[in-house]
Amino acid sequence: MTHIDGSDQRGAKPRQTLSTLLYSKSFRTAVTQVVMAAVVIFIGLFLYQNVVENLRAQNIATGFGFLEQTSQFDIGEKMITYSARDSYGRAFVVGLLNTLSVSAAGIFLATLIGFTVGISRISSNWLLSKVATGYVEIVRNIPVILQVIFWSVLLRNLPNARNAVEMYGVGFLTNRGLTFAVPATHPIHSTMGIALVAGIVLAILGSIWARRHRESTGTYVNMLWPSIGLIIGLPVLVWLFGGAPTAISYPVQKGFNFQGGVTISPEFTALLIGIALYASGFIAEIVRAGLQATPKGQIEAARSMGFRPWFVTRYVVLPQALRVIVPPLTSQYVSLIKNSSIAVVVGYPDLVNIGNTVMNQTGQAVEAIAVMMLVYLTISLITSTFMNFYNRLVAIKER
Amino acid sequence: MNKDFKLKTALCAIGLATFGGAGFADSGDTLASVKERGELLCGVHPARHGFAAPNSKGHWGGFEVDYCHAIAAAVFGDADKVRFVALSSQQRFPAIQSGEVDVLVRNVTATLGRDTALGLNFAPPIFYTGTGFLVHADSGVKTVEDLDGATICVAPGSTTERNVAQIFATRGMGYTPVVIENNKQLVDAYVTGRCDALTKDKAALPGVRAYDTENPAEHVLLPGIFSKEPLAAAVRQGDDQWYDLVKWVTYATFNAEELGVTSENADDMKSSDNVDIQSLLGVTGDYGSKLGVSEDWAYNVITQVGNYAEIYARHFGPGSPVELDRDLNTLWVDGGLLYGFPIK
Repeated sequence: MTHIDGSDQRGAKPRQTLSTLLYSKSFRTAVTQVVMAAVVIFIGLFLYQNVVENLRAQNIATGFGFLEQTSQFDIGEKMITYSARDSYGRAFVVGLLNTLSVSAAGIFLATLIGFTVGISRISSNWLLSKVATGYVEIVRNIPVILQVIFWSVLLRNLPNARNAVEMYGVGFLTNRGLTFAVPATHPIHSTMGIALVAGIVLAILGSIWARRHRESTGTYVNMLWPSIGLIIGLPVLVWLFGGAPTAISYPVQKGFNFQGGVTISPEFTALLIGIALYASGFIAEIVRAGLQATPKGQIEAARSMGFRPWFVTRYVVLPQALRVIVPPLTSQYVSLIKNSSIAVVVGYPDLVNIGNTVMNQTGQAVEAIAVMMLVYLTISLITSTFMNFYNRLVAIKER
Repeated sequence: MNKDFKLKTALCAIGLATFGGAGFADSGDTLASVKERGELLCGVHPARHGFAAPNSKGHWGGFEVDYCHAIAAAVFGDADKVRFVALSSQQRFPAIQSGEVDVLVRNVTATLGRDTALGLNFAPPIFYTGTGFLVHADSGVKTVEDLDGATICVAPGSTTERNVAQIFATRGMGYTPVVIENNKQLVDAYVTGRCDALTKDKAALPGVRAYDTENPAEHVLLPGIFSKEPLAAAVRQGDDQWYDLVKWVTYATFNAEELGVTSENADDMKSSDNVDIQSLLGVTGDYGSKLGVSEDWAYNVITQVGNYAEIYARHFGPGSPVELDRDLNTLWVDGGLLYGFPIK
């Protein structure tokens, strides 16, 4: 059957007819796609219309106009200025930023613990590997919501503010959170932040140059110390030029709470520990699987060629392990972000917690849920996109 | 019955729920559907001692629970034909809007926003209260002005959440809210000292102190009421017959107290010469059939549940664990706010 495209058997010029069009594979695929899309859009519109009509019949308010109304409620933890006089829309942004901050800290912590435990799992040290195995089995087999409540109850039973545990004169541990001294705010700090970013960019550019240089000339340039120097040195230089301000804001007990310093709330900590430990168990297993995916023969071969163990890990094991690790790691990150919505149980003002309040104050459940779903979808898709980009970087490239 | 058939039934049911709009109950005819079902679905608080809470045997009891019983008594002549649906502060409005419950007697403050945007109708308030604060006795806090800079535990989605913001803003004071939905977790956060104060409707705080703290003497209620919280039963808009019934059951309990009709003397009162009492007890007039229920509707409410004073005394009276002064919740003739419209 070589002439399915309808060309004439005797070699005459092929004629386009209705039947040839019907049998054309691409035409049929296109039609199916269009029909499917139409059905999906129709169902979507139908459902939307149904909801709107039902709500109207019930005299329930609809629309997103409420986002601009005054919220009239306060939020405990906020990264941007917010008061009860601000709008519901801004309240959502406060919640979003809180979700992002606990998720970012969670991903960092989970990755750190996950990699450490994952590597320990395949350690030749019997005790270390058994302890790591026990850790993994405990944290990933207890529901994450129970773990979060456990940490929350534990932190709540720390001593109260009057009996605060003082930590070496720089901080206090109470059931109101961990309060510690920080450098007093100074205008130079924002410039130091810029210097830090500049240092990191320069370090990355430097290592790219070093690799090109090595590939073209064969001489190896160690960029480790210059990189560290750039990243730490630039902010320190800026600090010195700014008059080296050394004022420290110490927490002092005043009234009900501490004044000065920075406080990390127990709600944030409980949520962070809960979701990060849970995810770290899965990440440890992913890392172990990735490391074990490198054939032993390759490692032995690399060693017999006289490479140092660190070099073997960096240039033989890791490039192959990351290929296996990154895709499942992405889904762990995404699920950690979604797990952060457990905040509602312990009272951390994340997107869902604030969304719930908004929903109740305005009564516009459909719209408030829609906003929350859209935001989570967006965060998760951005995370996946970034991780897929990283995956393409570490994937095996045909040269 | 083959598998295919079951699957089809299930699919039909899902289809109906999504496309037929069955998720939102038809407005109108709540009374007919309650009668057909044979029981009243009443939305109540999961655990607010004095108002609504299940006891150790799982039986619901409380001031608001009794109002559910009263409505059932008016509809069926049997106060026990009620199924209680425990609702968190966030579940309550979707539950009444979707028809999951017939009436919401769940510490709902009647406000303009809820009356309009949420599509609700409020019966006459059955309890007048306001925002109150519970604090640790050893904190030395005596008035709300002492709470500047304090951490306050508050439930989400409540009018209280807004009141606190307003109370502190008008006094130029700052505070940090800790907002937890789960009531147990919320109270626990206050008791362990995570918060300096717990804020709720003032009438709910004695219940928290009596039932949820280890040593009630270590906690004090701050003096003063800081907002208007008229708690009322709520029904869906668009069903006037059902709204009327809930409204008049409420008035009947007020009027019974005013006329001196109690669950004890209702039978004797039937032979009273007072026309108001005769109308209330269904001896004269056709007020029951005007409401769509039997003529002895109010008689059933009073004999099976009681008048307002009896209901109040049962749950907040002297000797009850959650003793509360009647305060504003007295009849208008005694200087209170309870004013039953005449049954005429």
